Amino acid sequence: MDIHEYQAKELLSKFGVETPSGALAYSPEQAAYRARELGGDKWIVKAQVHAGGRGKAGGVKLCNSESEIHAACDDMFGRKLVTHQTGPEGKGIYRVYVESAVPIDREIYLGFVLDRSSQRVMIVASSEGGMEIEEISAERPDSIVRSIVEPAVGLQEFQAREIAFKLGLEPKLTQHMVRTLQGCYAAFSELDATMVEINPLVITGDDRVLALDAKMSFDDNALFRRPQIAELRDKSQEDPRESRAADRGLSYVGLDGNIGCIVNGAGLAMATMDTIKLAGGEPANFLDIGGGASPERVAKAFRLVLSDDNVQAVLVNIFAGINRCDWVAEGVVQALRELEIDLPVIVRLAGTNVEEGQKILAKSGLPIIRATTLMEAAERAVGAWRNDLTQNTKMRAV
Amino acid sequence: MSILLDRDSRVIVQGITGRMARLHTKDMVQYGTNVVGGVVPGKGGETVEGVPVFDTVKQAVEATGADASLVFVPPPFAADSIMEAADAGIRYCVCITDGIPAQDMIRVKRYMYRYPKDKRMVLTGPNCAGTISPGKALLGIMPGHIYLPGNVGIIGRSGTLGYEAAAQLKERGIGVSTSVGIGGDPINGSSFRDILERFEQDEDTEVIAMIGEIGGPQEAEAAEYIRDHVTKPVVAYVAGLTAPKGRTMGHAGAIISAFGESASEKVEILTAAGVTVAENPAVIGETIARVMGKAA
Repeated sequence: MDIHEYQAKELLSKFGVETPSGALAYSPEQAAYRARELGGDKWIVKAQVHAGGRGKAGGVKLCNSESEIHAACDDMFGRKLVTHQTGPEGKGIYRVYVESAVPIDREIYLGFVLDRSSQRVMIVASSEGGMEIEEISAERPDSIVRSIVEPAVGLQEFQAREIAFKLGLEPKLTQHMVRTLQGCYAAFSELDATMVEINPLVITGDDRVLALDAKMSFDDNALFRRPQIAELRDKSQEDPRESRAADRGLSYVGLDGNIGCIVNGAGLAMATMDTIKLAGGEPANFLDIGGGASPERVAKAFRLVLSDDNVQAVLVNIFAGINRCDWVAEGVVQALRELEIDLPVIVRLAGTNVEEGQKILAKSGLPIIRATTLMEAAERAVGAWRNDLTQNTKMRAV
Repeated sequence: MSILLDRDSRVIVQGITGRMARLHTKDMVQYGTNVVGGVVPGKGGETVEGVPVFDTVKQAVEATGADASLVFVPPPFAADSIMEAADAGIRYCVCITDGIPAQDMIRVKRYMYRYPKDKRMVLTGPNCAGTISPGKALLGIMPGHIYLPGNVGIIGRSGTLGYEAAAQLKERGIGVSTSVGIGGDPINGSSFRDILERFEQDEDTEVIAMIGEIGGPQEAEAAEYIRDHVTKPVVAYVAGLTAPKGRTMGHAGAIISAFGESASEKVEILTAAGVTVAENPAVIGETIARVMGKAA
């Protein structure tokens, strides 16, 4: 789960990470009022969306007066910010963060990630802050410092000092840097984060070490024990279909194609998408309904897949292991009857009681296209979608 | 021979009184697995599916001589149960539980290092379907009837996709020595590389099949190991060619977040290491058959 910059800063500051003073606003008027409260004569107005690359997309503006803040906010509120991380649909701006501008001497990159090779938390730092880490790895790989934290004892001071020296910080800043690094690590481990990124961490003209930006992601599997983090979820930043799926215990990812997929198991779901592509089609979604595939879940899955208007055919691929194909077939028939689906539906069943399952589908009298192998299912789905497409075109032509 | 699990394995089920655990205990016993007990704190003295329940894993090991364990404990308590098994002297543990916090798994991995390598429990999973040595024993939730006994060793991150591969093999009359699910989580007990090492040494395994997916470094690490140390033919399939970058595809660990983690990059790395890659999931069985020298 992702959170907003202002939320990440609030959390990190509780762990001793310093940030510029700032305040949240829900309207241009409130933003101007917040600026007055903060004082000073230079402010940064930052769109709060769950994506990086906001600066280049016009989501971060330097303002020198209240009227400039008004103008910047008028431009931001209610619009969708499109960055290289949001996809073409963008993310809605409903909150802005107003921050006092600070004089910057140096910019540093700081990241904490779950390193899957060492199976520990890894710190990634670079003297080339302000650029994205992908750019830094491509252009200045020599500037990157990595350090792995021993989970039994946590981040030690010497490790943090080593990072500070490798980044070339002046000795008088070492203690600030150690506090920042240890604060980030404590937040990471105590809040079950999967990522903490401060880019840039800045050294100010008056020798302060401040997190100018902050990003945090959290482990969905640990939210049960982090209610204060779970509360920070902002559904306005999620794909509505994906939130709806998550609320119903289904795992769904929307894609650009037009063949909807309903599959049990994540690996098989990806494999099904790959096979559709191979057969000449494009999958409309990833959907794992879980190993069980009960009739209720099948019905829920159909509703979800069909809520995408681009879907022109639906492929159901169930490998019955624990359960039985006849039971899954009942679920499919029931869902099709209830929902009165008029799109081509292709069903491939495999595993326990497959013959009984096929019989149920055949006897239902519904126009279900059946398949026995995965390849056959994908080919029939692509074929059905193409046919449907030509028929519709003909109808429109008439 | 088989790896990790055979007829002699003495199995306990942690969390045996749960609904799913009871169901699968029954299936395992029916398959011929030597299930000798269960563990649920506070339920010692009860009996489930004809086997005694103990309060602690230590008591279960002392009373039954158990050396393998299946963890069916809910996510908040699963890491603790795995560590309890490691401490009680269990040799092989499969954790089925999906949804264990990543930092709990970091702690589990760190905890296991307190034991010298020859005394350290082997863990596979979490978030997996388990392990089966066909015709001998089943430690997990997979349907036993889709596997024939034979000479292909399977290692996979996904449950149902693994079934798909096993079913394609069965269709061709090809059997399996052992099939090991390593699970879909970012931090797991054993990697492809760990299990490859065992299959390389197993007399009954002629060909090794790896079923990978997007996300993480373990396929690439396996490729390096295969290039330098594996003499047996390896066949692989990597799911997720159509998966977008930066999105979690069902499994917590199935997310492309770094270079080398996409399906096409993994296919390239594995191919360069001499692995025969099945181009799509429909031809996994066919590709293995071809590599084994049998007509597809």
